[in-house]
Amino acid sequence: MTTSKREFSVIGRPFPRVDAWDKLTGRTQYADDLTLPRMAFGKILFSTQPHALIKRIDVSRAERLPGVLAVITGKDLPIQFGIMPVSQDETALAVDKVRYVGEPVAAVAALDEETAEEALTRIEVEYEPLQPIMSIEEALQHPEPRIHDYGPEGNIHKLVSLEFGDVDQGFEEADHVREDVFFYQGNTHMPMEQHAALAQWDPGSGRLTLWSATQTPHYVHRALSKVLELPMDRIRVIAQPVGGGFGGKDDPFSHEICAAKLSMLTGRPVKITLTREEVFYAHRGRHPVLMWVKTGVKTDGTITAMHFKSFLDGGAYGSYGVASTYYTGALQTVTYKIPNYRFQGMRVFTNKPPCGPKRGHGTPQPRYALEMHMDNLARDLGMDPVELRLKNLTGPDHTTVNWLRITSNGLRECIEKVLEASGYRDKHGKLPEGQGVGFACSTYICGAGLPIYWNDMPHSEVQIKVDRSGSVTAYSGAIDIGQGSDTVLAAIVAEVLGLQPQDIKLVTADTDLTPIDLGSYSSRVTMMMGNAAYEASMKVRETLFAAAAEELGVPAEKLEARDRRIFVTDDPEKGLTFAEAAQLAEEKFGLIGAVGSYTPPKKLGQYKGSGVGPSPAYSFSACVAQVRCDTETGEIQVEKIWLAHDIGRAINPILVEGQVEGSVYMALCEALMEEQVFRKNVHKIPSLLDYKTLTFKEMPPVETILIETDEPRGPFGAKEAGQGPLLPVMPAVANALYDALGIRIEELPITPEKVLKALEDKLKGGEGRVGPKGIPNYEFPEPIRVEPPQEWKR
Amino acid sequence: MHREATLLHLRVNGDDYSVAVPPHKTLLEVLREDLLLTGTKHGCEVGECGTCTVLLDGEPVLSCLTLAVDVQGRGITTVEGLAQNGELHPLQVAFAERGAAQCGYCTPGMLLTAKALLDRNPRPTEDEIQEALSGNLCRCTGYLKILEAVRLAGERLAQGGHTP
Ligand code: FES
Ligand code: FES
Repeated sequence: MTTSKREFSVIGRPFPRVDAWDKLTGRTQYADDLTLPRMAFGKILFSTQPHALIKRIDVSRAERLPGVLAVITGKDLPIQFGIMPVSQDETALAVDKVRYVGEPVAAVAALDEETAEEALTRIEVEYEPLQPIMSIEEALQHPEPRIHDYGPEGNIHKLVSLEFGDVDQGFEEADHVREDVFFYQGNTHMPMEQHAALAQWDPGSGRLTLWSATQTPHYVHRALSKVLELPMDRIRVIAQPVGGGFGGKDDPFSHEICAAKLSMLTGRPVKITLTREEVFYAHRGRHPVLMWVKTGVKTDGTITAMHFKSFLDGGAYGSYGVASTYYTGALQTVTYKIPNYRFQGMRVFTNKPPCGPKRGHGTPQPRYALEMHMDNLARDLGMDPVELRLKNLTGPDHTTVNWLRITSNGLRECIEKVLEASGYRDKHGKLPEGQGVGFACSTYICGAGLPIYWNDMPHSEVQIKVDRSGSVTAYSGAIDIGQGSDTVLAAIVAEVLGLQPQDIKLVTADTDLTPIDLGSYSSRVTMMMGNAAYEASMKVRETLFAAAAEELGVPAEKLEARDRRIFVTDDPEKGLTFAEAAQLAEEKFGLIGAVGSYTPPKKLGQYKGSGVGPSPAYSFSACVAQVRCDTETGEIQVEKIWLAHDIGRAINPILVEGQVEGSVYMALCEALMEEQVFRKNVHKIPSLLDYKTLTFKEMPPVETILIETDEPRGPFGAKEAGQGPLLPVMPAVANALYDALGIRIEELPITPEKVLKALEDKLKGGEGRVGPKGIPNYEFPEPIRVEPPQEWKR
Repeated sequence: MHREATLLHLRVNGDDYSVAVPPHKTLLEVLREDLLLTGTKHGCEVGECGTCTVLLDGEPVLSCLTLAVDVQGRGITTVEGLAQNGELHPLQVAFAERGAAQCGYCTPGMLLTAKALLDRNPRPTEDEIQEALSGNLCRCTGYLKILEAVRLAGERLAQGGHTP
């Protein structure tokens, strides 16, 4: 796109989000806010056992309770589903076996919530306990009992072993080789809105409607169709505005399917809302990952080879785990030139709530490892840690050794700007004991290049209608989860048509009314929905221009749309209002409407696993963290975060800043306190009081620097903002702690206890390190050898 | 199940309601389920997140921990009552301008807690804002835009804007 920035009347300007007024006056209806006549309430009975066979379920006493309308168990919904076609391993309610405490076992619909709760207490379940497997190590030590009867062996769910270039040779060419081991604890999304779904079955038409708090209505649609054995055109899924997702509402969930089934059985609308404790168990959050990285460098810092191993604790089901596993190895090469790269990853099943995608999906863990490892390498070489990175930086128009195509790349500028703003060079190594600064870089995809299920259809489609009143309506399947997708849609359509965002009416995320968008995950919506919206609005504009050109007696190329008018660029007085143009066009052509579709470019890699990592574009971030640490208590205070983000172009800088600040917040929570941990097989802290997060009082100031690189594949040059800025923050904090105290906390979260332990170790003459001792002694299969792209050939 | 209901008289946003509900129902439940004022949200229903905050005679309370029977005759304000006579409250305007609501789920609770603060103290310091809002969790914004918005609304109120 050739238009330069100053010509935009909407793009790049800070305007209130289009859904602000509804949200600020309490009018927005989230899923649990919906009520329908005759609505019944559903509740789910959860497993009390981490791993057990179900010997018997007796629901008769529950069924007899007055007010109970229906009770269902696994046998009523036996068909397996799962978000990934290769991991169809879930059932809505456990069949024969439970695999974690908190797994749905039975569901009840009753006239009111209390009756439903009471009914649950009357369901008798007899379990025969099996040995619970609660960690990566246990999963490898105990191939039996198997949690699932699929996967390469024992309790391993997925194995990956890939090699690009010649890693052994690369290590031979190195002057220095270093190995490090890291652990990243699991944590959860904790959206403020508890999951909720309302289903209504219409026996007359044989149609089902589901309103849900979901980030992926299209995938929920598919799962419902499969499990309920109803054709997709009999099912309508409406995603209500989501009260926070962060990846936690990306999977099809049991409560959605149960609400639907219970509605079909009772002939009433049925609503199920999870309690907060149930949300903790629904999880699908950050995988705990154990990592080992070995890198070879020349004395000048040039990387010659890298070998990265990751071990993911997957929890009890597949979820997105296959993709998560690949993601732990995919993007290392996008920030740094790694000529020879071996990645070996493993995901194991354990008897805990399933892990899945959380903001950054599978990449925060390796990024934390890699960026601390880079600092360690720099110290070995006596190099400045920033210089080491600059030495190896990828650039624009680059294909990585694992076949990822980078178009725009503003990482170098991000680094320069963030160093300047933070005064890093004057501070690093120079602040008083107990204070320090740390640095890290990162990258993220702007949408997964491949759909979750194999197909060649577009990933996002937008339809626009204009009528004689001049009213413009845009239809899109994208769902606003707070990230601002509605605002992006309105802004793009408005910019093209010369209107303002609030002029555009939106119909979104309703499978009956709107075309497909695959969902609000993988930071894909601005890129994909945005491009589809751009295409559709350009077609509409052509139609309007054709009619206006005839009326004004000038060629259409001379026209411009702006300020709610269509006019002659060289003679702005000569023109029509938007509504006049719409009427003329309707007279001439009939109803004005157009569609746009977006399909990402084909992936370049042809190897098994090459589907994870490709994206139309990559965002980049660089971060400096400044910390102060109390050596008596181990308390860490993050004083300030500077974050420069290559956004391509900000559609709305306020929203982008909001994404950056929210990402920094979530990253700091992960860096310093959040842990989804289990004691005696149950979640240790399934409450908002005990699951520690930063509050208003502890949030440090954030200075956001937006770098615009005008991404050629992005709508108006835009890239993603929702996930990338989270990534460099954890390692920047950890690196700052080294600068402050000479200690290395190579295991997240960095708690005061770990700080004190590291200080004590240092005092005793140790390395001042806290982190995992090593990785399991596991022989990965021989890597699949992949020829690197031409530019990497020696 | 049939349960005894009590007739309650509640004054919400200046409107008088009479509603028969079981006496153990929380204010949160009565607002949302019986009065259909679903602007008040819930994030835990056990007093840990601040999402369900409403004002009781101008002071923030957690509606999930408050029994509706106990607040008869008191002035209850919910997010639906912030705008008056079709005019938005300066906090609502500032929240929109500064992007202080993302998913918007914590927003009603934030707005009401902030209103109580500004009614007492239209020019709060940063610390005072942080202190007052520290019981309200937000998972989207990192709190910074909320801080800016509250400060901005306070300034506007102090310069002659009015709190309805
Ligand atoms: S819902 Fe009342 S404090 Fe969380
Ligand atoms: S805006 Fe989403 S929780 Fe605050």
